Amino acid sequence: MKVKSERDFWSGVVFVATGVGFAIGASGYGMGPACESADPCAASLQARFAQLSMHPGPGFLPLGMAILLALLGVVVVFKSLTIESPGDDRLGAIAWRPLVVLVCTVAAFGPALEPLGLLLTVPAFVVLASFAGTGPSWQVVGMGVVLSAASWAVLVRGFGLATPLLPWFAR
Amino acid sequence: MELFDNLALGFAVAFTVPNLLFALLGCLIGTLIAVLPGIGPVAAVAMLLPATYALDATPALIMLAGICYGAQYGSTTTAILADVASGPAAVAMATDGRQMVRQGRAGAALAVAVLGVFAAGCVGTLAIAVLAAPLTEIAFRFGPAEYFSLLLLGLVGAASAAPGSRTKAIAMAVVGLLLAQVGADPLSGAMRYGFGFAQLEGGIGVVVVAMGIVVVAEVIARLGRPASSRELLPRPVERSGPTRDDMRQAWPAVVRGTSLGAIVGAVPGGGALLASLAAYSVERRLAGAGGRFGRGDVRGVAGPASAGSASAHTSFVPMLAFGIPVHAVMALLIGAMLIKGIEPGPQVMASDPQLFWGLIASMWIGNALLAVVELPLVGIRRRLLSVPHRALAPVVALIACVGVYSLRGSAFDVGMTALFALVGYAMHKLSCEPAPLLIGFILGPAMEGNLRQALLLSHGDWGIFVDRTLSAGLLVLSALIVVIASLPAARRRREDAFVED
Repeated sequence: MKVKSERDFWSGVVFVATGVGFAIGASGYGMGPACESADPCAASLQARFAQLSMHPGPGFLPLGMAILLALLGVVVVFKSLTIESPGDDRLGAIAWRPLVVLVCTVAAFGPALEPLGLLLTVPAFVVLASFAGTGPSWQVVGMGVVLSAASWAVLVRGFGLATPLLPWFAR
Repeated sequence: MELFDNLALGFAVAFTVPNLLFALLGCLIGTLIAVLPGIGPVAAVAMLLPATYALDATPALIMLAGICYGAQYGSTTTAILADVASGPAAVAMATDGRQMVRQGRAGAALAVAVLGVFAAGCVGTLAIAVLAAPLTEIAFRFGPAEYFSLLLLGLVGAASAAPGSRTKAIAMAVVGLLLAQVGADPLSGAMRYGFGFAQLEGGIGVVVVAMGIVVVAEVIARLGRPASSRELLPRPVERSGPTRDDMRQAWPAVVRGTSLGAIVGAVPGGGALLASLAAYSVERRLAGAGGRFGRGDVRGVAGPASAGSASAHTSFVPMLAFGIPVHAVMALLIGAMLIKGIEPGPQVMASDPQLFWGLIASMWIGNALLAVVELPLVGIRRRLLSVPHRALAPVVALIACVGVYSLRGSAFDVGMTALFALVGYAMHKLSCEPAPLLIGFILGPAMEGNLRQALLLSHGDWGIFVDRTLSAGLLVLSALIVVIASLPAARRRREDAFVED
């Protein structure tokens, strides 16, 4: 079976996986009134559904939506295998450099702030992030220093957070 | 008359110095920043959402609203001046506007555009003021079942208007709804999808999701594309403005555009892009074959410009009256209200009239401010547009990090943003639209709450949603929207509309 639309195919796969994931999670939360309560546990699925609908538990809606998502995913996969699309709707090149650089620098920003302080973290961030594009230049470094002052103003003065400006060895 | 009293209150609120400054700030950010490549109104509002934590509700919303309608001014003038479309309404105006610039009539084009946008803005704001009270009357008759159906209509409408596969858009909306489930269940207190992280107890913040998916992911995606050169059209030499002939031809187009845009903007799934494209088609049809249409006709500028602006304003109507976002930007504004603890819906007008009417009044003031500064800003705009995206990227990413960190000083949050940036990029590669996800995410808690309340009232009877006429009607409308959007004609028009630059 030929994949007629690569993007849609993988989208559908992700939807199904996400739906299944959320469904598994939801099944751990209560669906509603437990079977051991005063009313006898309903026999058929339909009756059980009606019983749960009266007092939906925390897992009730997530499960329903997760199932819906998985079903939609199946539809999307099916369409991707049958409906023609121009040029197979390929994924195209993945922009690895910007992706890895930016995701890692953003992820590192938080943990770096406490020990390193704004004065080091912000320029480092700006310089490292510039590798996602054409790489750093002196203007970028200068911009980083200016931005670290601005960030300090916003975070400490504006929001009253106790974010340190200086790195640990200079405090 | 009550309307005048309310407006008087509104202007009293809007004319205070802080609110004036925030209106100006929002407008400037909207017109200059939100139209830069890689930054749209959604990203600009997302980047300023953290400010709502530090500000009171009224100035915060005034500023964010300023970004919304300010972006219309900016994208209009940018479309006329630059060779690459850089905003929703830009596509429609590009043809005639640029032709006029090439013919040495840039001044006329810009003036007509700004006047059209301003006129439509005034009318749009007036529409909000006039329609608000009667609509909230209607909304008060809504019970949880009706509310759920209305929210569903909003969600479905937005999903159906998104470009590309409708099924995928609906799936994205469901993903958004599921993401909203993360956190403690408001009714039972049980923790859902927490994975043991205490930081997730309050759920994933809308700022985190928005910054990751809309801001950082877009930066990544843009860097991944080959750098497109942006040519600025030659500096307009003549300082002359529009001729009497221009004005005579333009103003009916403004009227038509405003009316069309006002309607399109208030419908779930409508937006500035659809409005200005529709207005362009109308003007083209009215201009007939031959003549100057497509080659520098003012009507091709005035109509779409007005339509885009009117729609940007009337999009506020469903948001203020019902709490329904017609597109992602409105959803973020609702997110801002939720951050401030305001439950969007008809009760806002009664419980917080200063916010409600102050916002409306500030929209007028903002429009007036923009009409005055827009043309003088052309020089700054040219300089901003010449900055390549690669230079902006680290700054934008930094703003995202600092913005998220400012929420509660949490490195966890910034880490989540990185995760959502990854998710957002994956969505981009897979051609999955972020707007339905954002709307589903923001409306999720309200939808779940209303659904469970409705079921409680009906003792578990799902029929309540169809037994009650209003709710049934809304559900039918939702189904209709899905059907209409899947008709081949509608789909083709959507594909044409969302051409990437």
